[in-house]
Amino acid sequence: MQTKIRALTLGAIMSVAGSAALAATECIAPANPGGGWDFTCRQIGKILYDIGQVDSPVQVTNMAGGGGGLAYSHVVNERGDDNNLIVAASQATATRLAQNAYAGLTADQVRFVGAIGADPGVIVVAADSPFMSLGDMVDAIKADPGSVAFGGGSAAGGFDHLKVLMVLKEAGFTDITKVKYIGLDGGGDAITQTIGGFTQGMTGDMSEIVGFLQSGEVRALAVLTEERVPGFEDIPTAQEQGFDVVAVNWRGLYVPKGISDADFEAWGARLQAVADSQEWQDAMVANGLAPFTKVGGDFQSWVDGVIADTVELSKEIGVIQ
Amino acid sequence: MELLSNLALGFSVALTPFTLFLAVAGCFLGTIIGALPGLGPSNGVAILIPLAFSLGLDATSALVLMTAVYYGAMYGGRISSILLNIPGDEPALMTTLDGYPMAKAGRAGDALVLSGFASFFGALFATIGLMLLAPLLSRIAYQFGPSEYFALYLLAFSTLGGIASRNQAKAALASCIGLGIAMIGLDNQTGMPRFTGGNLHLMDGVDFLVAIVGLFAVAEVFVFIESHGRESSIGVKLGKVTLPVRDLTKGIGTMLRSSVIGFIAGVLPGAGASLGSFLAYMGEKNVQGEKGGFGTGVPKGVMAPEAGNNAAAGGALVPMLTLGVPGSGTTAVLLALLLTLNITPGPTLFTDRPDVVWGLIASLLIANFVLLAMNVPMVKMFVHILSVPAWVLLPGVMMISFVGIYSLSGSYFDLLLMIFFGIVGWMFRKLDVPTVPIILGILLGNHMEDALRRAMILSDGDWRFLFGFRWHSSPGEYEFYSAIPSSLLVLAVAGFVAPIFLRRVIKKPQAVSD
Repeated sequence: MQTKIRALTLGAIMSVAGSAALAATECIAPANPGGGWDFTCRQIGKILYDIGQVDSPVQVTNMAGGGGGLAYSHVVNERGDDNNLIVAASQATATRLAQNAYAGLTADQVRFVGAIGADPGVIVVAADSPFMSLGDMVDAIKADPGSVAFGGGSAAGGFDHLKVLMVLKEAGFTDITKVKYIGLDGGGDAITQTIGGFTQGMTGDMSEIVGFLQSGEVRALAVLTEERVPGFEDIPTAQEQGFDVVAVNWRGLYVPKGISDADFEAWGARLQAVADSQEWQDAMVANGLAPFTKVGGDFQSWVDGVIADTVELSKEIGVIQ
Repeated sequence: MELLSNLALGFSVALTPFTLFLAVAGCFLGTIIGALPGLGPSNGVAILIPLAFSLGLDATSALVLMTAVYYGAMYGGRISSILLNIPGDEPALMTTLDGYPMAKAGRAGDALVLSGFASFFGALFATIGLMLLAPLLSRIAYQFGPSEYFALYLLAFSTLGGIASRNQAKAALASCIGLGIAMIGLDNQTGMPRFTGGNLHLMDGVDFLVAIVGLFAVAEVFVFIESHGRESSIGVKLGKVTLPVRDLTKGIGTMLRSSVIGFIAGVLPGAGASLGSFLAYMGEKNVQGEKGGFGTGVPKGVMAPEAGNNAAAGGALVPMLTLGVPGSGTTAVLLALLLTLNITPGPTLFTDRPDVVWGLIASLLIANFVLLAMNVPMVKMFVHILSVPAWVLLPGVMMISFVGIYSLSGSYFDLLLMIFFGIVGWMFRKLDVPTVPIILGILLGNHMEDALRRAMILSDGDWRFLFGFRWHSSPGEYEFYSAIPSSLLVLAVAGFVAPIFLRRVIKKPQAVSD
C-alpha cells in the first residue's frame, strides 16, 4: 500500500514536470542568482512574455558552475537540439572560451544568437583620488607599478583585469606582470575597497558603479567605448584621452548548435523585438547599459571576431600558451 | 520627525490588505522552507521569484513577499535544528548545539518558544538598526579591507576548537577537513582550478549546502536505518508548549549582546548571517564561561545563535540596499530581484526611492510580528509537519534533500556529492568527530584565504600589513593606518588561549575534590 501511494505521487509529480517542460521556454542563467547572467535571463525572459513573444512565462534555471562551463557543457552534451532553450551569455563567456576555461569545449559548439545591450567597461577612482585623468593614472603606474593597485570583480586574467592591461599596453607599458590586481566578489565589493582606500582604482562595468557615481563617492576616469555613453556624457572615453581601447561587456544569449536555421532566425527576431521594446529601453537606462544590438548571423560573426582577438591578447599576456 | 513621516509613508505602502496578505503568506511559506532541511532562504527566495513575476506583482509587493519569505526562513531554520538535529539552513547550524540536547531532555517546547522569541528580538533589533542607521552603517564597510577581514575570520577560527566540548583535537581535525574541502575549486585570485581533477563540476568548489544536507540530513537517515531508530535523533516528542518566563527574562542580556554581534557581522558584506550566529554563540559562551554549560542544552545556548542570526539577516540588508553589495546568498537573490524590477540599490536608493525602502522597512516590521505569532503560540502547527511517523518523515527528508540540492545547481553531481557527504557524516558519527566545524571550515575558509591573498598582493607580501601597517615608499616609512586588524587579532589570540587557562583554573578544585 505504502509503495503504491509513493509510486502514484511520484508519477503525478513527473507528469506535471513533463507537461510544464513542453510548454515553457527555459532560460539557463549559468550562475547563481544575483549576477549579470541572472539579470539577462530574468529581464529578457520577463519582457519576452510581457510583449507576447512567448506564450507562457519564461522559466529561469540557475545552473552555476565552472564560471558558466557547467551550463555550456550541459547545453552541448545534453540539450544540443532543444529549440525552447536560451542561455545567458556575455563577454565573460567569450573570454573563457578564448582562454580554454571550459575544459576543451569550443565556441563553435553553440550558436550565439544575439546581444541586446552592453555594459561599458569603466576605470574608476575614489572621489578624493589624486588622479584626474586616465593619463595621470598611467603615468603613476609607469613611474612606480607597485603604487597603484586595482580591484575588480573577476579573477586575475578575467575581463576586468584584461581591461586595465589593455589600456596599459596601449600606453606602451610592457611590464604588465608588475600591475597589482586583486579579484573580489563582484564589482560592488571592488568599489567598496576602492572608496575605503585599499585599492587605488576599480575596473569593472558601468552598471556596477551607477549608484556610487550618483552619490559622488567615485569618479570615472574613462569609459571604454567608442562614444560617450548616453546619460553619462560627462565621462570621457579612453579613446579621447589617447588610449585606443574599447571593452564592453555585452549581454546576450546563445542557443544550442543543433536547432534549425529557421528557429535560429526566429530567436534573433524575438530578441530584436525585446531590444525595440520600451521596457528594455527603460531597463537599460536604469542599469547603466548602453545600446548594443546585434542579432542572428551578424552577431555570430562578431563574437567569432571577439574571441579571436581575446585569444591573441591572452597569449601576449601569458594567460594561455 | 522625518523618521516618523518616512515610516508613515512606508506603512501606507505596506498596509494595504493585499500586501498584508502577501506578508502573511510569505511568512508561512518561509517558515516551512526554513524548517525543511536542504531548502534554505536563498533557494526559497529564488524559487519564488518567477511566482512574483507571473502574479504581476509591482516592486513593493514583490519585495514584501520576498523579504517575508527571507525572514520566515530565518525563523524556521531553527525548528528542524532543535527537533531533528538537522539544521534547516546554514545559519541555524549553531542552534543544533544546544537546541537538540534541550529537546532530548524533554524541553523541546521551551527551546522552540525561547528561540522564537530570540529570533524576534534579533530581527526587530536589526530592523530598527536598519531604519535608524543604514546610511551611516554602510560606511563601516569602507573601513574593512583585506587585513581587517582576515583578522575577523581568524577570530572565528581561533574559537572553533572550543565548539565541541568533549574533544578539542577532534574539533580541530574537523575544522581542518573543512578548510581542506574549501580549497577545492577555482582559485579566486588567479582563476586556476585546484584539486578538481579536471572535473567541471568541482570548478566552483563544494557548495556548503551540499555538505550540510549530506553531513546532517542524509547521515541522520543512515544512522536511523542502521540502528532501527534507536540511536537516531529523529522522533523527539514535543510536550506542552508553555512560556518559560524565567528563562526569557534571564536571557534578555544574552539576546541583546548576540543581536549587536550578529547585526555588525551582517552589516559587513564579507561576513554574513552564518558568521553572525557563530560569533554570537561563541561570544556568549565566553561571557557565560564554563558554568554556562553551553553545548549541554541550556536556554541561553539557543537564544544566542537565534538572536544573532536573525539580527545578521537584517544587518545584511544594509550593504545590499546602500552599497548594492550582497552580504549573503539570500541578499544576492534579493539584489537580483531589485535589479529586475529596475531598482538599482546603491548610496542614493534611500533618497531616490523612499517608497521602496520605507515600504520594505514597514513590511519587515509587519513580518516580524506575524512571525512572532506564528512561531510562538502556533509553533505546534509547524512541529506537526516534522513530527509525522518516521516511515513518512525519512523518505520525506531524503526527497526534500534531493530536490533542494538539485534546485541549487541543477546538477546530478551535487546529488552524488551529497550522498558521499552522508556516508562521511555517518562514519564521523561513529568516530565521534563533530561535523559542525567541517561546515564552518567550508563556509568561512575561502573567505579567509581570499582576504589573506588579497592582503599579500596589496602589500607585496609584507606581513606587517596584516596588523594595520602600510608601507609608503616615498617617505620610506610605515603608517599605522587602522587599529581594527590588530584589535581583532588580539581578540583572536585571547579567544584561543583564554579557554585553555580558564579550564585549568576551574578544573583544579575539581581535581582536589576527586
